[in-house]
Amino acid sequence: MKNKQTAKMSKFLIISVLSVCAGILAWWIVTDVLELFRSNVLPSPVKVMQTFMKKWVETKPDGATLLQHLFASLKVALGGYLIGAAIGIPLGIFMAWNDKIDMLVRPVFDLVRTIPGVAWTSVMVTLVGIGYMSKALVIFISAMVAMVINSYSGIKQTKTVHLWVGQTFGASNWELLTKVAIPSALPMIFTGLDVALGSAWTTLVAAELLASTRGLGFMIQQARGIFRLDIVIVGMVVIAITGAILSTIIRKIGNKIVKGGRLG
Amino acid sequence: MEKKEAKVVVNHLTKKFGDLLVLDDLNFEVQEGEFLCIVGPTGCGKTTFLNSLTRLYEPTAGDILVNGIPVNPKTQNISYIFQEYSSFPWLTVEQNVRFGLEIKKTPKAEADANVEEMLDIVGLTKFRNYYPSQLSISMLQRVAIARAFATKPELLLMDEPYGQLDIDLRFKLEDELIKLWKKTGTTVLFITHNIEEAVYLSEKIMVLTNKPTSVKTVLDNNLPRPRDVTSPEFVELRNKVTDLIKWW
Ligand SMILES: Nc1ncnc2c1ncn2[C@@H]1O[C@H](COP(=O)(O)OP(=O)(O)OP(=O)(O)O)[C@@H](O)[C@H]1O
Ligand SMILES: [Mg+2]
Repeated sequence: MKNKQTAKMSKFLIISVLSVCAGILAWWIVTDVLELFRSNVLPSPVKVMQTFMKKWVETKPDGATLLQHLFASLKVALGGYLIGAAIGIPLGIFMAWNDKIDMLVRPVFDLVRTIPGVAWTSVMVTLVGIGYMSKALVIFISAMVAMVINSYSGIKQTKTVHLWVGQTFGASNWELLTKVAIPSALPMIFTGLDVALGSAWTTLVAAELLASTRGLGFMIQQARGIFRLDIVIVGMVVIAITGAILSTIIRKIGNKIVKGGRLG
Repeated sequence: MEKKEAKVVVNHLTKKFGDLLVLDDLNFEVQEGEFLCIVGPTGCGKTTFLNSLTRLYEPTAGDILVNGIPVNPKTQNISYIFQEYSSFPWLTVEQNVRFGLEIKKTPKAEADANVEEMLDIVGLTKFRNYYPSQLSISMLQRVAIARAFATKPELLLMDEPYGQLDIDLRFKLEDELIKLWKKTGTTVLFITHNIEEAVYLSEKIMVLTNKPTSVKTVLDNNLPRPRDVTSPEFVELRNKVTDLIKWW
């Protein structure tokens, strides 16, 4: 069974790699070979690659190297994300476990969750000014919302019979929560961590487009203003790859911690 | 003759779900160390009865006493094997079996010994590090049985525990249950729809009526052990219970 799965996985991998290569090839043909597009409309993959290499050392035209932008973005995204998780996971768990907390928090939460993360940007900029804090707070809100929703439904989905096993053995309310409900919600909590990471990362780039002095979103914004589409594409690719790496890390940690699969 | 002390006393137990009257004024006693089998038609409220007895459901009226005081799973050593699958998917077989011992804060050495003993009895020692998703249905049920026995309960409630098992394993676990019951002196309430199983296991058989459910009759079962399912006495008692059930 394991072997079949790995075989399927590697087949999947081969096809994915092939389709990406085909896409790049088509891109190269319409630009460098057929010259259908001018380079400030659609730069060729070769040009983008050159820009990518250069941008490691060059601070032109946006004032920082690629790595500096990346670190600025990561600092904001991970800061907001980690605090969002640290508050969102327990909040979701306790809202699901305790009706009084649910009643108290839910009205506010239901209002907040309907507002798209980026919409907070102007509020935050007005409150704390352009800088690390305003962006981190925007990320924090969007990550927290995803964490609360997933932890909440994870706890709510605990099977009644599992709680009953604990109860008939004489478990206290706290033991029921920590030994039954939370372990049973762990897969959902990790789904939440993954979803929250995605929304943190996308919200970040959007927030940087509006209010920033450094970061991948800022770099893209600046390059767009002067029609450097090659830098825009480099920014997009770096955002995509970093997002994929972070998501893989979260899933790897999840697979380590979540035991026994999802079946009962 | 010395009268055994009543382990469980059920007085006027009534349970309604909204307007649906399920348990209608149940009255009976179970003696210390007794093995009681409960048979009754599908949907008559057997599970509801055990759930009320363990306080998972609040009775609409009536009392349930264990050792003369209102039943309380926090202070009384009760194990309940549920009709549905109840092993925890996030714990290994061994951790599942240990679960009740951890809740009851049993000392480590004793807990270890109980876990080993139970894994051995249900034949899961080799599978101790497996997770429930890797096990067959009958193995899952053995995990639940081992978990229930591991705490050496003074009151053991079993809700059709062997219903899903194949016949060989059922016979084996029935004999193991009798062995454990004799060894530990546990009081057992065992729900089944299998009349042969009830006659094979029990000291008493309680027959329930259709909904709204009350106690139809309680039969004594004094057949000598080990019991032979083909002996005339066995067949006679089995037919008697079958006849009682035909009348609902
Ligand atoms: N939580 C509940 N809420 C409402 N009705 C319930 C609930 N639990 C059980 N019932 C109803 O009570 C009746 C008895 O159900 P119960 O599961 O106790 O029967 P049972 O004898 O265990 O059945 P089976 O032989 O199928 O195991 C049924 O009509 C059922 O619909
Ligand atoms: Mg039932």
